Amino acid sequence: MSAPLTKPAPLPEELAAPERTGRRGSALVQRLVVVRELGIVAALVLLVVATVVANPRFLSGQNVRDLLLSAAILTVLAAGQTMVIITRNVDLSVGSVLGLSAYASGTLMVVTPGTPVVVVVLAGMAVGAVCGLLNGAIVAVAGVPSLVVTLGTLYAFRGLDSLWASSADRLQINAADLPGGFKALGTARLLGVPVLFLVAVVVVLVVGYYLRTFRSGRELYGIGSAPEAARLSGIPVGRRVLTAFVVNGALAGLAGVLYAARFQTLDTTAGTGQELFVVAAAVVGGVAIFGGSGSVYGAALGALLLTTIGTALPQLGLDPFWRDAAVGGLILAAIALDRALQLRLAARLRGRNARRDR
Amino acid sequence: MDHASAPAAPPAEGRVVLALEDVGKSFGAVAALRGAQLELRAGEAHALVGENGAGKSTLVKILAGVHGPDTGRVLLDGQPVTLADPAAARAAGIAVIYQEPTLFPDLSVAENIFMGRQPLLSGRRIDRRGLAQRCRALFDRLGVALDPDRPARGLSIADQQMVEIAKALSFDARVLVMDEPTAALSGVEVERLFAVARSLRESGAAVLFISHRFDEVFDLCDRITVMRDGQWVSTDLARDLTVDAVVRRMVGREVSSLFPKTDVTPGEVVLEVRGLTRRGVFSDVSFDVRAGEIVALAGLVGAGRSEIVRAVFGVDPYDAGTVRVAGKELRGGSPAVAMAAGLALVPEDRRQQGLVMELSVERNATLTRRWKLARGGLLSSRTERAQAAEWSKRLQVKAGKLSDPVSTLSGGNQQKVVLAKWLSTEPRVLIVDEPTRGIDVGTKSEVHRLLSQLAAEGLAVVMVSSELPEVLGMADRVLVVSEGRLVDDIPRARADEDSVMLAATGQGSSLAGGAR
Repeated sequence: MSAPLTKPAPLPEELAAPERTGRRGSALVQRLVVVRELGIVAALVLLVVATVVANPRFLSGQNVRDLLLSAAILTVLAAGQTMVIITRNVDLSVGSVLGLSAYASGTLMVVTPGTPVVVVVLAGMAVGAVCGLLNGAIVAVAGVPSLVVTLGTLYAFRGLDSLWASSADRLQINAADLPGGFKALGTARLLGVPVLFLVAVVVVLVVGYYLRTFRSGRELYGIGSAPEAARLSGIPVGRRVLTAFVVNGALAGLAGVLYAARFQTLDTTAGTGQELFVVAAAVVGGVAIFGGSGSVYGAALGALLLTTIGTALPQLGLDPFWRDAAVGGLILAAIALDRALQLRLAARLRGRNARRDR
Repeated sequence: MDHASAPAAPPAEGRVVLALEDVGKSFGAVAALRGAQLELRAGEAHALVGENGAGKSTLVKILAGVHGPDTGRVLLDGQPVTLADPAAARAAGIAVIYQEPTLFPDLSVAENIFMGRQPLLSGRRIDRRGLAQRCRALFDRLGVALDPDRPARGLSIADQQMVEIAKALSFDARVLVMDEPTAALSGVEVERLFAVARSLRESGAAVLFISHRFDEVFDLCDRITVMRDGQWVSTDLARDLTVDAVVRRMVGREVSSLFPKTDVTPGEVVLEVRGLTRRGVFSDVSFDVRAGEIVALAGLVGAGRSEIVRAVFGVDPYDAGTVRVAGKELRGGSPAVAMAAGLALVPEDRRQQGLVMELSVERNATLTRRWKLARGGLLSSRTERAQAAEWSKRLQVKAGKLSDPVSTLSGGNQQKVVLAKWLSTEPRVLIVDEPTRGIDVGTKSEVHRLLSQLAAEGLAVVMVSSELPEVLGMADRVLVVSEGRLVDDIPRARADEDSVMLAATGQGSSLAGGAR
């Protein structure tokens, strides 16, 4: 850094042409984002190649379909979580919301057979949205840190789920209780790709498009990047944060319905422990835990990578213990990489400044 | 004194766009504004001047919708309005450039400027191309060579300020409020800003300009409002005023009597800093402080003053250089070592860094010595109380009971508790960062008297301060920091507002060439 600082700097007029600093700033950032996401893709490819070498059947149709089905649920959760994390918040209750929504949609189908699948999906999402509304309201209105609020609702929602199941005397809902049309959703394919995975892809594309293209989406980034500046620029911070929580809740609800369709056996433990796995997927995917940066596409790649690890390691003949260790290592590697890229970017941008200034 | 009794003789041309009537605002026990008034006319540039703490920034925040006034009214076009939040102020056509830039570091420069007002395509989608185009057009108008697509992270303070200015210009403001916008800007940039302000004024907008630089005030403004201690003092045509008259009204008393630094013959060099560098933050900082001397680190906000003293104390790491206390070199990165060698740091933000707000006065006051006071690893409240009582008496801390939480004290008394906490370690060098920020005027001079007395007893004092009168009144020497470098070392005799400000803005540096 000291070299550009001590160099005799040119006069500002000589640099007055905007072309001088040109488009390099954006190009630089763009490149780092690409590097970041390519990193995940590279890790994914490496993992798949290694696994295929050890076990050629890893890429068999059924195996890949199973993998995509598992990834679908985590991806939907990660998409919602990304919206929340971007605002410098976190939602730890999503696992319980998933469980509650899965149980609610299952119950709906048992109690009123013949409910159209669309209605079941919407009902599940509504349950999740209400949970998200509760989280968001406490965070945004009462100003309690989201970590604490959602830690509380993590247990509260799960408790509600158990209470409901025991008072209804229906501790488990089995495949036999579910209508065929709904079960078909879990196994349906379009051009060989599981429909549930396609649902996840659509969710990611919609959320990604929203975050990038709409004012309120950009405001979510602003809130996470500098909360005080967001307030001063007149962004309705509370309302935006509340919305992020509601949407995240609705997506967790959707994930609950997908879970019901995929596993078709529901009890009150569905989704237990998923919350940290979801946050891990987002962080590995480059979503900054302190908000303001990261994309939903990265988070989706992170979800795919974590799911693949879970499926691949047993096939490599490794103990399941290694899955957790690998996920942990991956999170640390991702954070280290983010930090390194961030420092590099900062140094570059500062260097440009020093040259430009007097 | 010729205090004008009312804003009686303003230029009759402009219609009053915005007015504040008898506005009061308190924060806890401190009254920031009492009976403040202001009147902005269409087509005028209006200066608001006053010392730090006079209430200018609070007034700006009321105009910006950040704070609501406790008493009084805000009138827009003669109608009372409630500026409930920044969005409401913006909708009313009030644009504010804050003293300290408030940007989103992760977002692009263009997005920072147009946040919430991005140009749209059909379906409320953001028009990215239009966004960059508009941003470039703004920058061309301002003559700024910034890439609209780069993130705001890493911009220099001056560039950040230019982005703020572009932001304020990007919507058709009827009232443009500029809170010390020129502090970080170079001469060329200031000229461009003024050109834009003049063209706004000609198109019928009202410009409120807050600055400590009188040449700029008289250059740009038609009328000048003076404030002191939260109160309105006078509003006059600029052409009827002189700099001297304005200063007299601002201060309202003799400057020299304010800060009673007694002259002391400096003793041995106690603190010796050589070539201290932290990459990208500050570089090659060298200075000495002698016993009995008060040395002030002056400079603009963000110049790196606090960062330098934090590194000296070992809170922040540094990449190169040495710190010696009484000839002995300190190992960096350890406040414990610094404390053992006789350094004490009273941090900038006493609520966050200086005190544990929930703990009692006595606990806080003895926190730095809990190991020394402990017997067999246990602290007795009696020892704590005795020690704390002694120090509170020396520093005249006004507290109900020493066992009360420190959060119940006023700002000034809290600051005394922080001082007690550090003075009880019997330091040889006391570093104080913004010793009187947010303290009422009465207690302020008590803190100053205390520092002066300590220096007279042979303590070496390093003071970081953004309040120029405080720096000029208290310091034996003024070290000026600009963009992370020590650019000037001004002895008391030569130090005045101009010499310090010029050096701080990188224009009058006499050391900058030589130090290389």
